[in-house]
This record gives sequence, C-alpha cells and structure tokens, in this order.
Amino acid sequence: MKAIRLNQWEDRNFIELVTRESGQAVENCYQCGKCTAGCPIAFACDLMPNQVIRMVQMGLKEEVLHCQSIWLCASCVTCTVRCPRNIDVARVMDTLRIMARHQGISPPGKGRYVALFNENFLGYIQKNGRLFELATMAMFNLKTGQPFREASTGLAMLKRGKLKLTVTKPRGLDEINRIFEKVRQAEKGGKK
Amino acid sequence: MKLAYYPGCSLEASGKEYDLSTRAVCKHLGIELIEIPDWSCCGATAGHSTSHLLSLALPARNLALAEEMGLDVTAPCASCYQRLALTCYELKQNPRLQKEINEITGRSFQGKIKVVSILEAINYIGLEGIQNQVVKPLKGLKIAAYYGCLLVRPRNIQIDDPENPQIIEKIMQASGAEPVEWPHKTECCGASLAISNEDIATTMVSRILKAASLSGAHCLVCACPLCHFNLDMRQLKVNRLQGTNYQLPVFYFTQLLGIALGLNPDDLSLHTHFVDTTHVLKMVG
Repeated sequence: MKAIRLNQWEDRNFIELVTRESGQAVENCYQCGKCTAGCPIAFACDLMPNQVIRMVQMGLKEEVLHCQSIWLCASCVTCTVRCPRNIDVARVMDTLRIMARHQGISPPGKGRYVALFNENFLGYIQKNGRLFELATMAMFNLKTGQPFREASTGLAMLKRGKLKLTVTKPRGLDEINRIFEKVRQAEKGGKK
Repeated sequence: MKLAYYPGCSLEASGKEYDLSTRAVCKHLGIELIEIPDWSCCGATAGHSTSHLLSLALPARNLALAEEMGLDVTAPCASCYQRLALTCYELKQNPRLQKEINEITGRSFQGKIKVVSILEAINYIGLEGIQNQVVKPLKGLKIAAYYGCLLVRPRNIQIDDPENPQIIEKIMQASGAEPVEWPHKTECCGASLAISNEDIATTMVSRILKAASLSGAHCLVCACPLCHFNLDMRQLKVNRLQGTNYQLPVFYFTQLLGIALGLNPDDLSLHTHFVDTTHVLKMVG
C-alpha cells in the first residue's frame, strides 16, 4: 500500500463532487466506525465502509473508485440508519459506483461480477420491461463463462413450477425504452 | 379497502407462493387488490447502483399508473416496496425533481397517492380483526420473524423500527403462533449478491440460519421474495458446504396467516419450497 500524506489533499474536488452527487455531508464523518461494525459484508471488503468515507474526505479518488467494496455493498442500508452524523452511507456507496462506471473504471475482483449483473439486468429491463429470471440468469452465465452455473437450481425450480418459461411483457415497451434513453441524455447533459 | 397491486417481477416466478398467498389472504380479509395494468420493473438494486435518475424514473412510471387508477399502491416484495416508497417520498419532497422525472417518464405523477407494504395493508384490519377471523390457530408453532433490510430501512420509508420491528410478530401472534426473540431479524441475507458472488451470500445466509436455529424456532417467516429464495434455496447449499443440517422451512407470513384463516392450502402453495415444509405443516394440522 502506498504512503498517504495526511497534510495534503490528493484531490480536493473529490469530496465536493461526492457531496454534491450524493447530497450527503461526507465531511461530517468523525470516524466512529459504526458503519463498519454493522456492515454485513465487512468480511468480504477490501476497504471498510468507514475507510471509504475517510478516503473520500482525503480526496483519495483513485483508491476509492478502484476498490471492490463499493461494488460489494449489498445496499442493506444498515450503515445509514446507524450513522450518528446522519450520513446516508449507502447512498454515498451508490454515488461512488455510479462515478466509477461513468469514468469507465472496470471494477476489480469480485466487483466485476456485480457490475456485469447490473448491466445485464438493466439491459434486459430496457428491452422487455420486466425481469425474466431464466433469461437473465442464462445471459449472466454466458457472459461470465460459466454456462452450467446453477443448472441444478434451475431444474429444481422447474420441478416446483417456479421457473417461468414464457415472457410476460408489459405493453408499454416503447415507453420503457424511452425512459432509459431520456435518462442517458439527461446524464450526458451534465446532470447526475 | 381497495389498493392498486404491484406484484413485481419475482412474484411471477421464483416468488409465486407469495403472490398466490397474498391474493388469497387479501381476498378473504376484504382487501381488494387491483393489479396495475401494464406495470414494469422497479429497477431494484441494479437501478439505484447505476443511475439515480433511472432509479426514480422506473418506479415513477408505476406510481403514475397507480395514480391514474386513483388508488394507493401496495407491493408485497420488500425491494419493490422500498423502490416505490423511496421514489414517492423523494418526488413529493422535491417538486423540481418530480417535474424532471415526469418529463423522463412522459407521465404526470402528482404525488397524490401513498405506497404501503402488504404488511401494513393487512395490519390496517387490526390485530383483533385478524384474530376474530382465525379458525385454525397456529398453536405451538414457534416462528422466527425475518424482516431483512428493505422494509425497515432507510428511515423515510421504514414500516417499523429498523432494529427491532414487531409487525410480523404481531400478525403471527394474532394467528396463534409464538414468535421467538432472536438477534438476526434485520440482518441482510445478501440476496443482491446471490448471483454475482454466491460465496458471500452463502456466508450471510448461514449466519441467519444459525441464529434462527439457536432460537428454537420451527421455521422462518418472511415478507420478501428475494430473502425467501435466498434463505430457502441456499439453505441446502449451506448444509452441503458447511456440514450443517438446517431444516428450517421459510414461509411467507401470508402463507401461515392463510392457514390460520382456514384458507384452502392449494391457494397457498405450501409445498413448492426447497426445504421440506411437511414436518412444520403437520404441527398446525
């Protein structure tokens, strides 16, 4: 790990950007560590939630946007409801994932699969309006090069009538596709 | 009571027991559910992880459809509930954002309706009201109520206390069951990571099963199709990987409530679980 100078900001704009995009006063964090104490995925994190917040405060943009933890965050929101400084930590994690994606950073390690899953999921919704579990799973398996992952689960689901084999699509498919396109345009226009 | 019904994607397939039992219980209790015609996905975790605007626009379309029906909306799925409720809250708070989202969806959501979870909708009947209709009390059945994350967090949309909620326990008590005290009822089960990083999710599931098992509960009772699938299906994997032998059926609260109300078991889909439910169902006759 590289040495960090505590007396100078790495990227002074970073905390301002994160604060603006998340709407959260990240500078208020006083490092009590409650977020990390209650984080159910801390055991799998490369940076603990309180470290992520501290590193945002210090402007360590590259380290934060390249960590796995921002992707592994399960969005359980426990950190948020326990934060004594009223920082919505889960929302900050969302913001950091979104920033990393916009900057074209490929998520490292286990984060890669989360990003792939999200992309796959939303791609399917844009085309079909509703999630079709079978197709989404099959596509995820193919994209990650593990075609038979969960095949036995699939069969067990089929036996229990829990695997839908036909797609139900809402009628407003154009409308849903347009929502995705308009969001893309709005974000290109400099909005979040 | 009449509500717009947003089943959500999971309830069409992996969570079909929840859809069937919710519809059956509500019909019996006089809660009229009218499915939102043409509803679409709320975007779930993938949505808010990818774009804040998209995470509002996808639910907003469905809120607008419900508002066109002139009805408050209910979603049984905890994730759908959270997305719809948060969007409703944010758009009501921020008229500028509401306008921006309406431009994106091409629909005019005015914030005139409320989003309620199915737990709250059933709770409106009142515990006494439920108790009066119980014909087959779940005597001797010890249940561990499991809430997971999205019904109780964040604060602006929580249906109950985020650390020690009681609403499932109260409804189960009214049904004659005996809730146990246990520490993991709002711990995350890791469902959002179950496909991308199953090893992490399996560890999270195993902690919950261990705590439920130590509490002496005969089964888990939940109100989310993602928690349900994760705790039910992955229980077999936990046993295989960790050499444990958990046999804790996971029920939707609507399934057990349905039994207590004397509904036809065929309408509650009691035998499509991964963990065999027979031994627990025998206890309640």
